[in-house]
Amino acid sequence: MSLNNSDIGGEAGSPVIDQVDTPAADTVATMARQAPVRLPETVRRYLVRVLALLAALLVWHWASSRGFNLFINFENVPGPLVVGQALIEALSSADFYLHILHSLRRIAVAYVVAVVLGVGLGILMGRSRLAEDIITPYIELLRPIPAVAWIPLAILMMPSEESSIIFITFLGALFPIVINTVHGVEQTPKVLVRAARSLGASNAAILRHVVLPGALPSIVAGLAIGMGVAWFSLLAGEIISGQYGIGYFTWSAYTLIQYPQIIIGMLMIGGLGTLCTLLIKLLCRPLLRWQVGENDR
Amino acid sequence: MRPATKSTPESALQEQTRSQENTMTSAIDMIQRLPQPPERSAKTPGGERGHIEIRDVSVEFERSGDWATAVHRAQVDIRPGEFVCLLGPSGCGKSTLLNAVAGFVTPTRGELLVDGAPVTAPGPDRGMVFQQHSLFPWKTVRDNVAFGPLMSGLGRNEAMSLARTFLGLVGLSAHANAFPATLSGGMQQRVGIARALANYPSVLLMDEPFGALDAQTRTMMQESLLDIWSEFGNTVLFVTHDIDEAVFLSDRILIMSASPGRIIADISVDLPRPRIQDLLTRPEFMALKRECLDLIRRETLRAFEQQNGQAG
Repeated sequence: MSLNNSDIGGEAGSPVIDQVDTPAADTVATMARQAPVRLPETVRRYLVRVLALLAALLVWHWASSRGFNLFINFENVPGPLVVGQALIEALSSADFYLHILHSLRRIAVAYVVAVVLGVGLGILMGRSRLAEDIITPYIELLRPIPAVAWIPLAILMMPSEESSIIFITFLGALFPIVINTVHGVEQTPKVLVRAARSLGASNAAILRHVVLPGALPSIVAGLAIGMGVAWFSLLAGEIISGQYGIGYFTWSAYTLIQYPQIIIGMLMIGGLGTLCTLLIKLLCRPLLRWQVGENDR
Repeated sequence: MRPATKSTPESALQEQTRSQENTMTSAIDMIQRLPQPPERSAKTPGGERGHIEIRDVSVEFERSGDWATAVHRAQVDIRPGEFVCLLGPSGCGKSTLLNAVAGFVTPTRGELLVDGAPVTAPGPDRGMVFQQHSLFPWKTVRDNVAFGPLMSGLGRNEAMSLARTFLGLVGLSAHANAFPATLSGGMQQRVGIARALANYPSVLLMDEPFGALDAQTRTMMQESLLDIWSEFGNTVLFVTHDIDEAVFLSDRILIMSASPGRIIADISVDLPRPRIQDLLTRPEFMALKRECLDLIRRETLRAFEQQNGQAG
């Protein structure tokens, strides 16, 4: 092709150049059309997420300002602007931070106890059939009971109001952590245990170097779920409290018919729960560095 | 002079024709690089450790109420420093016999001795290389190799320097800080070999270690293994279903047959060492290969007829 072109080109130069040029120019044009300014993949995905939330805000605003009422009734629901105003007001009062602080402290205490006990029980159950057979029925029986249902018993059994709230929060976080730990421990590849044994590892060394790190991805998933459920249960627990806590804040807003405050409380619980879950994931990430590339196989 | 092939195995992959001269050079290089075994291993250059005695060993498993015989009255004596292949079709019990020597499986009959001591449990005197995915994925390549020395009570610094040495031996120094998932299958197996050797085992047990690799990588790994073995002089018990591999590697081939798993032939391979891939096309190699093939075919047919007879 090119040989032919240059042969002809000796005789009549410009038409040949045109012929060659046209497709090239076309390609450039296509490339320019296909490649506008490209955002990095992660930025683009987060942008979509933020836009999705903004869209919900817009729908909310539209529905509440129009008094939308078709099966779902928005007539008495305060719009985002009202709620935003109330939020600014709340953020400038010291009491609001006290509520948050109390909730965070309860979450922290309950969560730490749940992690220690949950991971410990999970390892025990994953390693010993007897322990698993003894503990499993309790977990199966207690797990479906919602946090709210625990309130009376928690009040009866626990020495103080504070400890009963923490107990209910702890119960919420405990079960997902135990179940995921058991699952992770039981999934330990046999070949790795054999390899460790033939390299001279003791049972304790196998637990520390093989079983635990192998179970870690599953444990971390349990920790993240547990954090979510902890917030979820906290609200139920704080109904007991007559003083502080974001759950109490929401509950008292409901009894006082302060609608914007209810929504603020709800959003706070959602936001703080998300942040805490994110924090757990970030804290655990360095431990799971080895998984990079594992899924590409 | 080209650099020793061992240190750059990727380039070796491209050089498909490798002269005998080069193999020798890399072997000499290795002698200089070879770590001195610690006192505790009491290894002598003659390789007096690694005597395996399999005395009338049977292994039976209970499978849904029935007892299945995986190994039937195996009787083998493996001399220190011998390279022995267990060859047979899949399901013939060769891996079970290997696992019994490793201590993962307890024989239901007979006795297993390594250097005169009965095998009761897995131990660092018997290094094990598995088929695949046996590295600890959460440990770096270096920490994987250092694991054995650490478990034997060595200090962290000592274990790390041993790991460095053995990674050099298999040509993976550059990947010491990588996690196993980022390595190719062949590289992972080389780490597995380095990890098993870092304990200075008297016996190296290998369960189809190259079975999951592509053909080209496999032949490379076979040559590397022979190089390493010629320096260490430890006993190797190598399980494979690949006849070429068995003839190429071993001093001696034990052919096993299924149902029940028995050793039906003990063939000694007198091909000269060091061995390189050219050997695969030589008549004496072909003759041995045919002998193995005939034996296996005859056995397979016999087993077939037996099964048909039982069914009918």
